[in-house]
Amino acid sequence: MDVSKLVMIIISAVFVNNFILSRFLGLCPFIGVSKETKPAFSMGVAVTFVMTSASVITWIVYRYILQPNNITYLRTVSFILVIAVFVQLVEMVVRKTNPALFRALGIYLPLITTNCAVMGVALLNNEMFFEAGHPLAGSFILSLVQGLAAGAGFTLAILLMSGIRERFELMDMPEAMKGLPVTFITASLMSLAFLGFAGFKL
Amino acid sequence: MKLNNFWLEFKKGIIVENPTFALVLGLCPTLAVSNTVQNALGMGIAATFVLLGSNMIISALRRFLPPAIRIPCYIVIIAAFVTMVELFMKAYLPALDKALGIFVPLIVVNCIVLGRAEAFANKNKVIDSIADALGIGAGFTLALIIIATIRESLGAGLGVLMMIMAPGALLTLGFLIGAVNWYRIIKKKRALELGCASCAKCKE
Repeated sequence: MDVSKLVMIIISAVFVNNFILSRFLGLCPFIGVSKETKPAFSMGVAVTFVMTSASVITWIVYRYILQPNNITYLRTVSFILVIAVFVQLVEMVVRKTNPALFRALGIYLPLITTNCAVMGVALLNNEMFFEAGHPLAGSFILSLVQGLAAGAGFTLAILLMSGIRERFELMDMPEAMKGLPVTFITASLMSLAFLGFAGFKL
Repeated sequence: MKLNNFWLEFKKGIIVENPTFALVLGLCPTLAVSNTVQNALGMGIAATFVLLGSNMIISALRRFLPPAIRIPCYIVIIAAFVTMVELFMKAYLPALDKALGIFVPLIVVNCIVLGRAEAFANKNKVIDSIADALGIGAGFTLALIIIATIRESLGAGLGVLMMIMAPGALLTLGFLIGAVNWYRIIKKKRALELGCASCAKCKE
């Protein structure tokens, strides 16, 4: 497997097909937790961690449990269950081992279970790196890298958005546009800017 | 009497508790598949089916599901219905399946479905839960179709390509929610201007 493929996946997941701004995955936390920079960054880190781990775990589940037993139609059920259990587990471990980190990330972890970015990256890996049910060469590494890069793209978008929204607090704007509407319109402009990366030939 | 109740539960989901414009839930599919009206309708019907099935089963089982693990139970029930939709679409509507892509299996993490299970089906009778599911499903479908109509007519019709791509979805939703807010503010202002004297409710 060559490095250029990895680089392509990273650039694609972070910029060209940014999970939030171009694929529309994980909008709830993007809108909900982007009011201030600090919690936004914590959310980004938590999501990146869960996305990377979910990519790895769902790859293992698909390759070694679903495929050999010919039960790939259970993909949706098994992926969501595995992700939910994993998030629960992480929450328990973090609470026991690192109370400070738990206080910073704790409230976001349960929200991540129903974050479509996590389920989305698992399904996308599955669709991109398994052809007709057979894994492509190096699909494990590719999945891992795509999970990590997608998380990085998520963090980038939520950080940018929180920086802009902090400024909004001080601005004078029509009452009706305050809050959600202006956030969406800003996201639209950001998305337009990210669309510029689409011309990137790799 | 009963029919009246059913109608009330149904109606509530379309306007007062519209999942997209009032509750602002389930945004990812709303934005991602609203580039054409056809996709919007397909997604709306698929989500309504899942909502109906899961609400019905969860409401019927509400006395048997142990409270401590109720959320995982909901997820398994919802996932079962999503799998049905997935297999049905793959078999009979392959073009739609391709257009909606991973957003079909992603109905499983749609907060509208889980939200109705926890907020409504968990506490109400089966028949009310069916009305609720149909109402919320119709509200979701309607919102999707409104957004898709705007996007498709501007993007594919007038050739403003941006509107059928990602930025157009965010822009449309932003302005639509802004319009809903504006309407609410005007209504509130008018009520304040007229005061209590003109309001029949206060006189009762």
